[in-house]
Amino acid sequence: MTGFNRHYLFAGLVASLIFLLPELAMAADVAGEVVREALPAPKPTRADYMSVGGMSSRTLVWGLAQMHLFLAAFVLAVPFFVLCIEFTGAVTKDQRYDSMAHEFMKISMAAYSFTALVGGGLAIALFLLYPTLMGYMMKVFQGQTLIYALLFLLESVCLYIYFYSWQALRHGNRKWAHMSIGLLLNTVGLTLMFVANAWASFMMSPSGVDVTGAITGTVWEATRNPLWNPLNLHRFLANIAYGGAIVGAYAAYRFLSSKAADVRAHYDWMGYTSNIIAIIGFLPLPFAGYWLMAEIYAYSQQMGITAMGGVLAWLFIIQAVLIGTILLAANYYLWCGLGRTDRGKLYEPYVKYIAAVMVGGFLVWVTPHSLILTPQEVQMLGGTHHKLLGPLGIMPAKNIAVNLMLVFTFLSFQMFYRSNRIATVSWAAQGNAFVVALYVIGCLNIFAAGIYGYMTPTVYKVGASVPQVISTLSIIVFAGIIDYFMYRGSKRTVVNWGRMSTRSQYALFVLPVAFTWLMALMGYIRSSLRTHWHVYTVMKDNSPEAYIPTIGQAGNVITVITLAFMALILFIFWLSSLGATKQADPAGTEKAGASS
Amino acid sequence: MTLLRVMLFSVAVLLVYTIFANILPQVQSNPPEEEEPVVAGEMDQEGQIAWGERLFSGKGTCTLCHNDLGRAPDLLVMNLEEAFSKHLADEKYQGEAKGQEGAKAIEVYLHESFVDPSAYVVPGFGKKGTNDAVSPMPDVSGPPISLSDDQMNALIAFLQDKGGYDVTVPLPTGGAADTEEDEEESEGPAETAEAAIEKFTCAACHALGGSEADVGPKLDGIGKRMSATEIEQAILDPNAVVAEGFEADTMPTDYSEQMRVLELKMIVDYLVNYEGEGASQ
Repeated sequence: MTGFNRHYLFAGLVASLIFLLPELAMAADVAGEVVREALPAPKPTRADYMSVGGMSSRTLVWGLAQMHLFLAAFVLAVPFFVLCIEFTGAVTKDQRYDSMAHEFMKISMAAYSFTALVGGGLAIALFLLYPTLMGYMMKVFQGQTLIYALLFLLESVCLYIYFYSWQALRHGNRKWAHMSIGLLLNTVGLTLMFVANAWASFMMSPSGVDVTGAITGTVWEATRNPLWNPLNLHRFLANIAYGGAIVGAYAAYRFLSSKAADVRAHYDWMGYTSNIIAIIGFLPLPFAGYWLMAEIYAYSQQMGITAMGGVLAWLFIIQAVLIGTILLAANYYLWCGLGRTDRGKLYEPYVKYIAAVMVGGFLVWVTPHSLILTPQEVQMLGGTHHKLLGPLGIMPAKNIAVNLMLVFTFLSFQMFYRSNRIATVSWAAQGNAFVVALYVIGCLNIFAAGIYGYMTPTVYKVGASVPQVISTLSIIVFAGIIDYFMYRGSKRTVVNWGRMSTRSQYALFVLPVAFTWLMALMGYIRSSLRTHWHVYTVMKDNSPEAYIPTIGQAGNVITVITLAFMALILFIFWLSSLGATKQADPAGTEKAGASS
Repeated sequence: MTLLRVMLFSVAVLLVYTIFANILPQVQSNPPEEEEPVVAGEMDQEGQIAWGERLFSGKGTCTLCHNDLGRAPDLLVMNLEEAFSKHLADEKYQGEAKGQEGAKAIEVYLHESFVDPSAYVVPGFGKKGTNDAVSPMPDVSGPPISLSDDQMNALIAFLQDKGGYDVTVPLPTGGAADTEEDEEESEGPAETAEAAIEKFTCAACHALGGSEADVGPKLDGIGKRMSATEIEQAILDPNAVVAEGFEADTMPTDYSEQMRVLELKMIVDYLVNYEGEGASQ
């Protein structure tokens, strides 16, 4: 067989696996028609919940689950964008991309074993502390749990082969074989995530069971519950943003730790790339979140209102603070980046306007609609809502704010992209005018749809956000495409990598801290939507902790989990840098040995 | 030094979020409490209507959607008589009250809308994309709302009264078993160990507090034979270890649901030090 045919055969084999794998995993009840005994879901009593050493069972499981999710999100995301960077390196034949991708993987490898360790701890805690629930879940998902274990094994195999074969399969056709392994690794990783998401989303919107919880459908029916796909998309995008933020912090840490100009230049470039990855993952995230929330409302209005208008509503103010912090930090980093090029000065005057939009948007987003007021305060305000701030607390104002913040974040990125390029195409002026028109019309549409939202009932208010989302995405996609073609083959000026302030690197640390806290907060909200049910409407939580904790209590737990994760991730950074450190041979025996 | 600075910076950022979470209004959402007891024959029609009103904004969670935000008809402000008549006369309506009129027809229509909300969807309030064929409202007799027949009747009474109709639903029937349970529930937690022992009728089977019952084992000096944890387990899961000479399945197995944590603790503490009636005097 010729080498050429072998490659095709290999590619075909990989492609078949990729297409078949999710199908095999999801439809794990091999004989899909197996009739299972239609017993109702169990009704656990207090005695069915064990407590270990007086510890809060829920907090223990909460901590382990969240920690596992942090690590899993990171180790699943990194191979995804590593593959994209590796592909870029292969296409552009720029070895810097390849080396950076390899370095990203090195960090991920150190985190992988911790992911498995915490995952094992979580499984033990769940089976020990919530045996009735886990027994029911096992009955619903049957063989899928075994498939999950097998997938985990396959993920490990693929990951180790992908990482350790990096140098052996670095050039020529072998590079494509290496990327195929990367593709397989990502397919297995995504399938793993989809399976785990099926379990989490089943607990929120059970399907394949009747009103008593008796199993009436197949594993596939339970898997394909109403919230599964929205959760899949949301977590996929969030993982990319999160992974980008973590490796960005690694780059910042290495940048700050080094004095050597070439090392600082390398890690500055790595930090910039990581920030872009985080932004790329982050920009569509609010829209994925919007879809998830729309599906929650479609599944159960009651659940949706619990989230957005009930006891959890205040959490979205904290979410606004966190997302605002992320956007401000990401933008600040991009603005600092203008200093890397001499032409960056041309764009610096615009920064203050973008900053005004970002801060203004942030303030609108954090403005609450209603406040807990004393009768005297109500009297002083002349009503339950402040005349000026009240209208800023409702969805139309917040939709305008968040869409503009996303649009202007993209503008910050676009300015840096242009700062070392001089367009040489004949249609540059027209192209530029078109981009400006795109921004103006898009922003006007975002405002107009928002104002329309003020004049319509709630149902149409939600509908009005669709044209806003389309405007934002249109600006990002079309302005991106135009810039790509306008600056293809453009005249490049020097980018002085490493010419960044220390302060700018701290912006890269804000991103993972805020992302980690935000992910834990969102996890708390998602779980709380089930209120006092293990599996919503079919299996009640009768444990002593079947209540939704206050925001303060949740915040304290989230901070402790985040601190633990940050400590672990700093340890992983240290391990990665330790692996790159080589002690100088004081006696010179190594050299002598090599020459002898 | 870099590591230390980075750590301190991260902790400072985290503290800001934590403090912010703690200064916001703090609300703990508990599972719904046991419903108020309804004793057959004790509630008149006014009471039933008032109960329906409480259910409308309470357990029924109707106000979550039936408000001025436009998710569902705002039943509290609209002219119900006009609205109900219009719905019954609508060609699209093919439900159980079709062709009927008056208060009884409204009762049938409302009950149908509670348990089968998609039987008729008020134009403009259907699930998106269903052309008003599917209602977003859940069957209120099923979980998570789980209204009983009496509670649905109370809601109907409230809405009939609000619409200016005669109330046609029967008064609550309660139910012997429910009533007993509710009465027991309404006793509130015991305040002393002796009161808890009396509340859970421990002495009916055990020789305890002057009782000479011998259905269960004697508890004299039990603290010397068993640890506090073992006594607790014996109360919560009595069949796990059965004393020699006694049969399993004799002692109730649902004390974990009946007892408050404090009551259980008081009983266990009492038994750990219990030497017998003579010894304690």
